[in-house]
Amino acid sequence: MTEITETTSWWQRLKQGLSKSTSALTQNITQLFTHRKLDQAALDELEDILIAADLGPATAAKLVADFAENRFGKDVTDSEVKDALAGQIEQLLQPAARPLVVDESKQPFVVLLVGVNGAGKTTTLGKMAAGWADQGKKVVLAAGDTFRAAAVAQLRVWGERAGCPVFTAPEGSDAAALAYKALEHAKAQGADLLLIDTAGRLQNKQGLMDELAKIKRVLQKIDASAPHATLLVLDATGGQNAHSQVKAFREMVAVDGLIVTKLDGSARGGVVVGLAEQYKLPIVAVGVGETIDDLKPFDPREYARALMGVEG
Amino acid sequence: MFDGLTGKLGGIFDRLKKRGALSEADVAAALREVRVALLEADVALPVVKDFITKVQEKAVGESVLRSVTPGQQVIKIVHDELVALLGGQLTDSLPHTNPPTIILMVGLQGSGKTTTSGKLAKRFIEKERKKVLLASLDTRRPAAQEQLEILAKQVGAGSLPIIPGQLPLDIIARALSAAKLEGYDILILDTAGRLAIDEELMSEIAAVKAKAQPHDVLLVADAMTGQDAVNVAKAFHDRVAVTGIVLTRVDGDARGGAALSMRQITGQPIKWLGVGEKMGGLEPFHPDRLAGRILGMGDVVSMVERAMETIDKDEAEKMAAKFQSGGAFTLEDMLGQMRQIKRMGGMSGLMNFLPGVAKIKDQLAKANVNENMIARQEAIILSMTKAERRDPELIKARRKQRIAAGSGTEVSEVNKLLKQYEQMRDMMKQMQKMQKSGGFGSLLGKLPPGLMPGGFGR
Repeated sequence: MTEITETTSWWQRLKQGLSKSTSALTQNITQLFTHRKLDQAALDELEDILIAADLGPATAAKLVADFAENRFGKDVTDSEVKDALAGQIEQLLQPAARPLVVDESKQPFVVLLVGVNGAGKTTTLGKMAAGWADQGKKVVLAAGDTFRAAAVAQLRVWGERAGCPVFTAPEGSDAAALAYKALEHAKAQGADLLLIDTAGRLQNKQGLMDELAKIKRVLQKIDASAPHATLLVLDATGGQNAHSQVKAFREMVAVDGLIVTKLDGSARGGVVVGLAEQYKLPIVAVGVGETIDDLKPFDPREYARALMGVEG
Repeated sequence: MFDGLTGKLGGIFDRLKKRGALSEADVAAALREVRVALLEADVALPVVKDFITKVQEKAVGESVLRSVTPGQQVIKIVHDELVALLGGQLTDSLPHTNPPTIILMVGLQGSGKTTTSGKLAKRFIEKERKKVLLASLDTRRPAAQEQLEILAKQVGAGSLPIIPGQLPLDIIARALSAAKLEGYDILILDTAGRLAIDEELMSEIAAVKAKAQPHDVLLVADAMTGQDAVNVAKAFHDRVAVTGIVLTRVDGDARGGAALSMRQITGQPIKWLGVGEKMGGLEPFHPDRLAGRILGMGDVVSMVERAMETIDKDEAEKMAAKFQSGGAFTLEDMLGQMRQIKRMGGMSGLMNFLPGVAKIKDQLAKANVNENMIARQEAIILSMTKAERRDPELIKARRKQRIAAGSGTEVSEVNKLLKQYEQMRDMMKQMQKMQKSGGFGSLLGKLPPGLMPGGFGR
């Protein structure tokens, strides 16, 4: 924890993480294209490489087809291939790079974090709280995961680290009731932001998804525009199921943005490329570690270039 | 899990079956579709390639293409290869050693290690009558140790007292001596989640393994894991020699291809499946049955087993006896059936075991056959008086209005339920008649009442 300073670009760290995993990827491409014509076999291999980065067979096929246009049969160099692919991925991701804008006229601005189990909601919430608290905002946390054992205790620790009060209810109590009281409380305290954690839920569990809709409904009894940002937390380790998650959570609570976690691992989270194209949802932040300042804005150029192993 | 894959493969194979003769090109085209289906299911690319090559080699042989039913033959080859990939037969869940048997749980953050630790403890306590100690070495995630302690209490396992600030290796020493001194049969060591490329933490887990000398090292992985499954499995297997895999969240709609990848990379069996968040949600893994489920052939064996485990035997016998002696089927009996189904994991839980269901899943969703419907019907019956439940003839217009109001439903729904009840009652009568003539009786006696058909007509 100590060696992490402000001068270390988080992208450098992300790149270190990615480069460990993409070294195989970039090596493959290097071998593939150093002295070679761009023929079908080469394109198939390129497609395989993208698939292995979790871009999914459909997105990979599309990228490769676009790439092959105008280039097929020509001599290509390694760096040309990488640059071009990085450029394409960057272009796809560009519309998704929109940070979360806090509307200060909302008192408090209510953020609801949703996602499947183990995606990293509580950790992300702790990091977000710290970020806003650092900017001098008054932040209240609501421990809406009333189901998992010790989830409340976990959020309390994050609250202490960030210096924010944590609004809790006993384990097993109604999450919607807690959210309602937390909003009342945050309003009375004059808080700038209320961050609501929720229990992890698999998107095909109708009952649990209904509960999420209920949380939203009761919040709207106090503030018709709440929650002002509903963010879906996605684990970069996950594969193509992210499509199903985005679809189901969007239908239930109108997701406003994505947060991609665990990008410091060997997983590339390539599924976001397809997601960005299909759903046009902003990626408001990415998680790159377990410490309190490991939540960063999403930069598509850096991400795409890190993914492809292109410097700079 | 696997439903999406099942639907996709089912479609491919249906087309294959329809053709009388198959050429090599037909097989190749079908296998290309299989390849995409597997990739969309998150099976890792090297594993997919290997799989397709094997199937292709076997499928294009003379004997297959010239056979009377080439389509069926190809499907059989895919099935057999899937079983082989998944690891053949069920393996022993617990190594036989001198107590305490030590189980080490490893995996990425958020894969479900702590919850699985609690579930394993419950299973060993209840199914194998073992004395289990749970100890958490997770000194990193806030409140992780508390979480395991709470779960230990829930399932009736012992829990190693938490000493704040103690390092994992010291906790192991304490856990080992406590397990020995207090006569525990099994010690489950939960660990912090770690990234496969985090050198510091991977060295730590190697040191933990060296110190604990576990008999079983279980790699816990999320069914939603993508292509990274290969890297994760490799990294953990290299450092701590994994002996088995636990796949969690298989109740989600992830296609679960990671299971195939991890099994292939480590060569170790998938031992357990984590289903749901309740402590009872852990199933032993049956590769052959799952292959059947993936190919849409159903897994009736597991369904009957689930029925046996969850059905209230007394109630079942009472009901069977009642029908054998010619008793009438009442709304109370119907309520009992609904509750049995709920206990067995609900309609959707049961559907997963049935052949061909993946293909009609969408229609079922449209027909609104879901858990909500059962809950509403339960509410309707519960809003009736006892007399009404025993003699539904009493229920006329005014009573229907009252029941609808009491259960928060509409009169039309009450009517629907009553109609459904009548259909079931009539069917029961027919069965009783058949039983008297001797054809059906022995079977009816054996079937758990929750499995009697007819409850879900529209």
